Amino acid sequence: MENINNDSTQAPPSGAGGLSRRSFLKSSALTGGGLMLSFSWFSEAKAAEKLSELNLAETWSELTGYIKITPENVIKIFCPNPEFGQNVMTSLPMMVAEELDCDWKNVVVEMGTHDNVKFGAQFTGGSNSVRMYWKPLRAAGASARQMLIEAAAQTWAVPASEISTKAGVLSHKSGKSAKYGQMASKAATIAVPKDAKTKAVKDFTIISKSKKNAEGTKIVTGKPLFGLDYRVDGMLIAMIQHPPAFGMKLKSFNAAQALKMPGIKDVYSFKLYDEGFEQGGFDTRTFNELLVVVGNSTWEVMNARKKLSVQWEPAGDVKETMMGRGGKREVTIPGRLETTSKQFEMMAEFAKKPATQLRKDGDPEAAFKNAAQVIERTYNAPFLAHNTMEPMNFFAHVQADKALVAGPIQAPGWMEPTLSKILNLPADKIEIQMTRMGGGFGRRAYAQYVYEAARISQKVKAPVKLVYTREDDMTYGIYRPMYTATYRAALDANKNLIGFHVTGGGIPESPIHANRFPAGALDNYLADSWEIPSNITIGAFRAPRSNFNAAAEQSFLDEVAEAMGKDPIQLRLDLLKRAKANPVGKNNDYDADRYIGVLELLKEKSGWGKPENAGKKRGVAAYFCHASYAGHVVDMVIKNGEPYVEHVTSAVDCGVVINPDAARNMVEGAVVDGIGQSFYGALTHKDGAAEQNNFHNYRMIRHNEAPQKIDVHFVENEIDPTGLGEPPFPPVFGAVANALFKTTGKRYYNQPFSVEQPQS
Amino acid sequence: MAKYNLKINGKTRAVDVDPSTPILWVLRDHLNMPGTKFGCGMAMCGACTVHLDGNAVRSCSMPVSAVGKMAITTIEGLSENAAHPVQKAWLEHDVAQCGYCQGGQIMSAAALLKSNPNPTDEDIDAAMSGNICRCGTYLRIKEAIKTAAKN
Repeated sequence: MENINNDSTQAPPSGAGGLSRRSFLKSSALTGGGLMLSFSWFSEAKAAEKLSELNLAETWSELTGYIKITPENVIKIFCPNPEFGQNVMTSLPMMVAEELDCDWKNVVVEMGTHDNVKFGAQFTGGSNSVRMYWKPLRAAGASARQMLIEAAAQTWAVPASEISTKAGVLSHKSGKSAKYGQMASKAATIAVPKDAKTKAVKDFTIISKSKKNAEGTKIVTGKPLFGLDYRVDGMLIAMIQHPPAFGMKLKSFNAAQALKMPGIKDVYSFKLYDEGFEQGGFDTRTFNELLVVVGNSTWEVMNARKKLSVQWEPAGDVKETMMGRGGKREVTIPGRLETTSKQFEMMAEFAKKPATQLRKDGDPEAAFKNAAQVIERTYNAPFLAHNTMEPMNFFAHVQADKALVAGPIQAPGWMEPTLSKILNLPADKIEIQMTRMGGGFGRRAYAQYVYEAARISQKVKAPVKLVYTREDDMTYGIYRPMYTATYRAALDANKNLIGFHVTGGGIPESPIHANRFPAGALDNYLADSWEIPSNITIGAFRAPRSNFNAAAEQSFLDEVAEAMGKDPIQLRLDLLKRAKANPVGKNNDYDADRYIGVLELLKEKSGWGKPENAGKKRGVAAYFCHASYAGHVVDMVIKNGEPYVEHVTSAVDCGVVINPDAARNMVEGAVVDGIGQSFYGALTHKDGAAEQNNFHNYRMIRHNEAPQKIDVHFVENEIDPTGLGEPPFPPVFGAVANALFKTTGKRYYNQPFSVEQPQS
Repeated sequence: MAKYNLKINGKTRAVDVDPSTPILWVLRDHLNMPGTKFGCGMAMCGACTVHLDGNAVRSCSMPVSAVGKMAITTIEGLSENAAHPVQKAWLEHDVAQCGYCQGGQIMSAAALLKSNPNPTDEDIDAAMSGNICRCGTYLRIKEAIKTAAKN
């Protein structure tokens, strides 16, 4: 075994293309290149040293698909879900370890490979990871514990019911005791029990106790963890030249100059999907025909790409065959070359046309007709680029009878059927490995870069890593859609809210969630929606749709509260109490009690309305999405002549919090992200071309713009965990907008706030 | 192509590359040292930060031909066993989310503390604002720098 700490120049992990899953463990342990890296995070030096002496491949006993134990009591727990910074490589194994009842110090964590039979859905997105694995992972841990107890019972010839466990030790009243490792090989032969009991929340010793990031040491020492770090011997680098604008396509190209450049192997055009390919919901393609340059190294390929001579032409309307929800259907993607100012004009026109009614309660038309005052406001937001720090990339090695793909991906299970179709290989001959992702935010749920890499490897018959530059990544995106919404409130002569109407739409999807608050709290309510088809590709972006709604709706409620002469938190509480006591309609998505709980906690922790905070310029907002509730109070000041968020108080109800300090980190990050996106985020187009292509013209929030302090508070309860990665993000937008009003005296309706011309 | 003997993390490494090749790609592609990250390619994000004779530089925008005899330190060579005070502080504050930018953040922070052992908040902002963290861990980074400064 190599010294695990002396690896600054050794090969990255899991680089052996074509190895089967079974042989992987053994091979990597033998070469010392892969598996050992998984352990270098180990904070206990002794344990790590001990590990390095083990012949791991020979001694692991597997107890359920998630757990392996050595005789020396080292416990390996597999993380089923891809990691993109939400810290599932720590929180999911914590759930297993809790029910296994082991000592967290003895746990090493390893990312599982893609295996939906063994590991379930393996989908990172929708703030789902902890939610969907809450029961199965605890059941796996509890089952393994039961198997260890049974093994001890057989060994000691005592009833299993008399054996207890604590921190990885089995004990019997006779005084007999054994570490899990001593019973592991026997336990591995026992059938997995079906009904192992899990602990009560009050008995948790690992869950709800903060644990450090399982890959923390690897991260701070620069270990090869990410897709871009993946390499194998003989691997080529590929870069794609895509059309310069949405609505354009390849006409012709001359590669003579590029091919003469050093290190270049091939330049050619290819189609991502063949004619008539039936696209699933996540088979988004930005452009179907692409040019690719393949060569030995990144810099050589970058330089050769600049020597391409390419003619592009308008693509015109394009017909595509879509599958997935709604069944098989033909859709026409319009060919127009879009420009941002015209997109806004188009949205304003569409907003005037009759829309699709999503929900109607009572008689909203009458309420507005009889109103003493009607407040109407329109909110707009641009496309956003995800801008993950690690640009899109993927490794592929496609051979005649099998394929290995590896890299950063949120939803490997959705990629497999498509890979099988486009490569014409059976799904069981395709191995997908998930590397750590340098951010995701929804972008890596759309895998055209995986398919591109696979197509290229198949053509050039070599292992290939496809690399997007930042410019590729930003101009060839799957963006957050453009949205608009108009809200109307009807007040009677006594300033009671008697009617509420929202109509919203976007390019190319509508943001409206008709059954969310304040639906259910109002007798007369109307929500409708429209959409404008576009050739600009869009997809999920941290809290899809909610990230716009919480800006618009929560700003609007602030203005309504002002018109009613009510405190903005009190208005929300009054509405929620109504929704709780006597809800309107049956189909209301949210739990009014949990919503109230978050607002009450926020009020308390921020000292809302207290005399000592009277001088502060504060904005508040709260929102429900991904089954959780989050709210923020934003304190704003003017710094260097610009509005600056100095302090944020956050309250979140996401049920049981698995890893409190990491959860706080997630909320802090969502707050910073929300401030950054609301102030600066925008991807605009001119004649179909993205006008921003790197961080010099796409402004990202930086150190000096982050708040000085973010206080995060969680509602304490025993509710099964609900989402966390997304829910705290949307309400930041509304709280910032409302604080801007207090700070500048103007309402902000159009994002990004730093460049909009405030309406008077 | 041209031959260079580069001093990297205390060792001499020979490479034969085009003189225009940025240090970033020499490290990543030719020397198999991927701790230094590619983020933007134009010195706007700081993910590629390394030290040249102790100063933080963006390796994506500096050609290998400009290195000369200067010593390069990368995140892999900052310490043995994550022992550098900045790395220890990063672990203590559990800074990372996705982790992709953190190597560059740590290199910028280590260079800052070397030249300014007790930075103010403004000093930290000035030195660190070239490093983007898309996950938004800026507050923890600041706290970690202050902890490292104490040690």
